[in-house]
Amino acid sequence: MTAMKSVRFREAIRMGMVEEMERDDRVFIVGEEVGHYQGAYKVTEGMLDKFGPKRVIDAPITESGFTGISIGAAMVGLRPIVEYMTWNFSAVAFDQILNNAAKIRQMSGGQLHVPIVLRAPNASAKQVGSQHSHAMEHFYTHVPGLKVVAPSTCADAKGLIKSAIRDDDPVLYMESETLYNLKGDVPEDPEFLVPLGKANVVREGGDVTIISWSRLVHISLQAAEQLAKEGIDAEVIDVRSLRPLDEETLVASVTKTHRAVVAYEGWPYGGVGAEIVDRIQRLAFDDLDAPIERVTTLDYPMPYNAKLEQFVIPNVERIVGAAKRVAYRSA
Amino acid sequence: MAKIIDMPKLSPTMEEGQISAWHKKEGDAIGVDDLLAEVETDKATMEFRSFDKGTLLKILVPDGSIVKLGQPVAIVGNAGEDISQLVASAGGGAAAPAPAASPPAVSPHVESPQKAAPAEGAPAKEPAQPAPAAAAPAPATAPAQPAPPPPGGRVRASPYVRKLARERGLALGDIAGSGPHGRIIAKDLDGKQPVARAAAPSAAAQGPLREPESKPLSMMRKTIAKRLTESKQTVPHFYLTIDIDADPLHALRERVNEDLASAADPNDKNAPKVSFNDLVLKAVAIALTRVPAANAQFTPEALLFHQRIDISVAVAIDDGLITPVLRDADKKSVLTIAREVRDLAQRARAKKLKPEEMMGGTFSVSNLGMYGIDEFSAVINPPEGAILAVGQVRREPVVRGEEVVPGRRMAMTMSCDHRVIDGAVGATFLKALRGLLEHPGQILVL
Amino acid sequence: MKDQDTQLGFYRQMQVIRRFEEEAARAYAQGKIGGFLHLYIGQEAIAVGTAAALNADDYLITTYRDHGHALARGTTARAAMAELFGKVTGCSKGLGGSMHFFDAEHNMLGGYGIVGGHLPLAAGTAFASKYRGDGRVTIVFFGDGAASIGDCHEAMCLAALWKLPVVFVCENNQYSMGTPLSRTLAVADVTKRAAGYGMPSDRFECESVNQVIERFGKAIKRARETSEPSLIEVLTYRHRGHSMSDPGKYRTSEEVDEYKKKDPLFVLRTHLEKAGLADKLTAADESVEQEIADAVKFADDSAEPGPELLAPTTYKGAFAR
Repeated sequence: MTAMKSVRFREAIRMGMVEEMERDDRVFIVGEEVGHYQGAYKVTEGMLDKFGPKRVIDAPITESGFTGISIGAAMVGLRPIVEYMTWNFSAVAFDQILNNAAKIRQMSGGQLHVPIVLRAPNASAKQVGSQHSHAMEHFYTHVPGLKVVAPSTCADAKGLIKSAIRDDDPVLYMESETLYNLKGDVPEDPEFLVPLGKANVVREGGDVTIISWSRLVHISLQAAEQLAKEGIDAEVIDVRSLRPLDEETLVASVTKTHRAVVAYEGWPYGGVGAEIVDRIQRLAFDDLDAPIERVTTLDYPMPYNAKLEQFVIPNVERIVGAAKRVAYRSA
Repeated sequence: MAKIIDMPKLSPTMEEGQISAWHKKEGDAIGVDDLLAEVETDKATMEFRSFDKGTLLKILVPDGSIVKLGQPVAIVGNAGEDISQLVASAGGGAAAPAPAASPPAVSPHVESPQKAAPAEGAPAKEPAQPAPAAAAPAPATAPAQPAPPPPGGRVRASPYVRKLARERGLALGDIAGSGPHGRIIAKDLDGKQPVARAAAPSAAAQGPLREPESKPLSMMRKTIAKRLTESKQTVPHFYLTIDIDADPLHALRERVNEDLASAADPNDKNAPKVSFNDLVLKAVAIALTRVPAANAQFTPEALLFHQRIDISVAVAIDDGLITPVLRDADKKSVLTIAREVRDLAQRARAKKLKPEEMMGGTFSVSNLGMYGIDEFSAVINPPEGAILAVGQVRREPVVRGEEVVPGRRMAMTMSCDHRVIDGAVGATFLKALRGLLEHPGQILVL
Repeated sequence: MKDQDTQLGFYRQMQVIRRFEEEAARAYAQGKIGGFLHLYIGQEAIAVGTAAALNADDYLITTYRDHGHALARGTTARAAMAELFGKVTGCSKGLGGSMHFFDAEHNMLGGYGIVGGHLPLAAGTAFASKYRGDGRVTIVFFGDGAASIGDCHEAMCLAALWKLPVVFVCENNQYSMGTPLSRTLAVADVTKRAAGYGMPSDRFECESVNQVIERFGKAIKRARETSEPSLIEVLTYRHRGHSMSDPGKYRTSEEVDEYKKKDPLFVLRTHLEKAGLADKLTAADESVEQEIADAVKFADDSAEPGPELLAPTTYKGAFAR
C-alpha cells in the first residue's frame, strides 16, 4: 500500500486531482489554459485527453465569472476545481470568494454549502514584478468560511489537494511556481490524504523553532543547516495548513525550544505570520525566552530588478540572523 | 524646554541606584543644587542634587525603584509644558535622546529598508551589488543599539525564565541578565542555586510549611552577596590564629582611659575614649610597617605591595556591613584613630559615608569582641590580601610561672589570600603583632 | 382570460406579497426589522408569473429585493416574516435577513447583496444542470443598476459561450437606487447587449402575470430544450423608494400615481371584479389578511437564533481557526 513514486511537484498535484476525478465524477476543473494548452504551468498536462472537455474546461479570461460559476455549481452539488493562472488574478474574483464562497453557508442558514477548490501558484516567482508576485494567503486566511493550505513537498501537494477536493467547504490551495520542478516521493495509494489543519515538523531541533510554509520551508531548512554549523539547533515546522492552523504543533515546539522565528513571503503588516505570533505568545507565553521574530517580504511592492527582488524577499541570511537574535547569539 | 533627568553617577563604582526617597514632588519648583532625592548606591545613600532650575514636572520612577546609571528618573522644565513626548520616550525604554528642536525632516521617498519593515528585527544586508542608484533604497545602516533598560526597578526576565524561576525556586533579583535591556534569559539561570531550598530543609516535613518572609534585596545586600561570594569562590583563603596575653593591653587601656577621663569634662558624652579595637588597629598598622609583605594585594598581572597603610574597619549596620577606611593608620595616634573610627562608624550607620571613604583599603580588621565572640575567621574583603578577625578579651585562668592565676587572653585569626601572602609571611606578621599587643606601651609612642 | 380560479390564485399570490411587504414596512417602522429592507411593491406580477412559468425543480436566484420571489416560489409568509425579524424560524434561520432569503426546498437559491455578484452563480447552477443533464433551468433576476457591472458581463459571456440553460431577467424598475436610467446607461435598452453575447433576447413592459408567463415561458423552454441562455428586460415600477431609508423624492407623486394605475395587481383586481368575482376577491383578501397577521404573530413569538448556530453555518465539522 505504501508504494512510492518519484514525481515533480506539479505532477503530484495532478496525481491528486486525477485520482479524485476518477473517484468522483462531480469533480471537474476549470481555468485559463487548463485544457488544450495543457496548463499554463503544465499542472493539468494530459488531463483534457483523459477526461474530455466536459470536465477539463478552458475558460476565457473571466476570473470572476468562472469563479462565480464554479461556486454556483458547487452550491447545487458539483465539486469544482478552479485554477487561476496565478493567485494574483484571484483579486478580480475576490468578491466571489469573499461574498459568495465564504458566506453562502451562513446566509442560507446552513441550507447550502460550497465544496470548491481554488488553486494557483502564489507569491514571488522570478522577476515577474509587483502585480504578479503577491502572497495572497494573507488576504484569504482572514475570512471565516474559507480554508487555506500551502504545501511545500510533493507528498503534501498530493495529499492536500485530495483532502481539499473532498472537503465540504471552500479550500484555497496555494502553490509556488518555483516549486513546480521539485522532485519528491509521493505515495501511490489513492487513499493517501494529508489532513487539513496539521503542521509537519520537517527538521527537529532544540534551540529555536523556525515556522514557515510553501517555498520558504526550503529556505528555512537551508538556514537551519547554516545555524547548525554555528551551534544552533533549529527545528523547522512546515505549517502546511494556514487555516485551520495547527497551533498544537507550534506550541509544542516552542515549549521545547523557547524561541521562534516565523519566515514567509508576504508583507510585515498583519497577515498569517502575525497571527502565528499572536497564538504562540498567548498559548506559550510562559515558555518564551525571547520575543518571536518574523522574517517577511520587505514592506514594498515587488521590484522587477533581480537583485532588488532578492533583497526584498526573505532569504537564508535574514532567517539565520533572526534565529540568532532570538537565541541571543549575536551575529 | 523640558528635559529628562537621568540617574547620575554618585559613586565611582555605581552601576545602578535605588531611589530611597524623593525630596521634591511633581510640581515643586527646584533650583540648582536643590536636593531632589536620596539614592542608595552600592555603598551608601547619596544625595542627588539638581543641576537645573525649573519645575519638577514628572517623577518617572517612584521611591524604591532601582535605576541603571543614565536612565531617566524625572522630567524638569517649565510649569505647564507638554511633556507627553518626553514621557513616552522615557517610558519606552530607549535611551532617551535629547529632544530635537523640531521634527527631523525626512524625505518621504528615502526610507531605509529596516524602517520600512518594522517587523524585522534587524536589517537585511544590502544586495550584493548596488542596484541602480535611483532605485536603490538608502543604504542599510547599523541597527539601533539595544536600548538600555528603562527606569524602574522591575526585574526584566523572559516569560520562560520566570516560569523556570518559579519551578526551581530561584530569586531573579540577584541574577544579572545578559539579554537586551538587561533581560534575564534562560541561559543566565545555568548553575543558579535555589534560594528556597535552604529554607526548607526537609521535604518530608509534615503539613504545609510556613512561607518565609520575603524581603527584597537591598543594594547593599546585593553587593555583600556578590563580593563575598566572589571572594570565597575565587580567593584561596588560609587561616592563622594567635592567642595573646591580653593583660598588659587591658591594663594599658584602663590607664589611658582613666587619664583621658581625668582631663575631660565629666558631662561630655563625646569625651575621648580608647577601645581595644583602637589599640589593635594601631598595633596592626605598626606591624604592617614591620612586615610590609602582609600589606599586599594579588592581581593577575602582578603582586602589589602597598606603600600606604589604609585599614578597612568592618562596621555592622542595621541591614548589613560596611567597611570604611582608616587612612594612614600607621601615622596616626591611638586617640586620633579612636576619634576617626567612631566618626566613620556613626556616619556608616547613618549611611552618610562618601563612596571614597569606603574604598582603597589595604588590610581589614573585623572585631566581634563586643558581641562576646571568642574567636572567628573572616572572609577577605577583595581586593585586599588579608583580614584580621579579632575576638573578645576573655577572662580565664592562665599559667603564670608555676601558678594558675586569673588572666586575660585575646584570640585573633588572620585570613590570608594565599596567592599573595604565604603562611610564613602571615606568621611573621602575627608574631610582630603579638609582640606589640603583649608589650603595648610601644603602641602609644610609635 | 384563462380559467378564473387560476387568475384568482395569481391575484391572491400577488396580494400576499403586497400585504406581506406593507406589513414588513410597518414592522420596520416599529423597529422589529433591522438593516436594509428593499420592497417589491408594484413588481409582484413578475415573481408570480415566474413561479408559474418554472418547474418546481428549476433554480431561481435573485437580488436583495427577494421577498416576492421567495413567497411566489413557496416560502411561507411565516418563514419569510420570521427571517425579517431575525428569528431562528426564518427561511435562513435569522442569519440572512431581508437581503438573503434562501429556501433550498423550493429551489430559491438565494437573494444576494452585492450588485451583480450573483449572476455568475446562476450561470453556475445552470452549468451544473447541463453537466448532470438534469433538465433544470435557472432563472436569475437583476436590476437595471446591475447591468453595468463586470460580473453581469462575465456571466453572460460565459453562459453564451458554454450554452448554459439560464434566463437572465433584468427587472428594470427605472431607477438604479435614486439615479434614473438615463443617467446610468448610454443605451437604455439593456437587451441590445444580447446580440454581443450571441444570445436571444426579449423586452416588454410588465402588464400581467399571464404576459410574464408567456414571455418568460419562451425563454425557459429554449433553455430547457436547446440549452441556450436568454436575456429578458422587463420594464416595471417600484412604488416605494429603493429601501426603507429612501423616501423616493427623486420621483414626482404624479409619476408614481400614473404607474399605480397601471399596477398589474390593481388591473387584475379590477378585471376580476368586473367578471363578477367580487365575493371571491373579498374572501381572498380576508384570508390573506389572516395569513399575514399570522405570519407577524409567528415571527413575533419565535425565538432568536443562538450563538451555537454560528460555527456550524460557517464550516462543516470542526471550525477552521
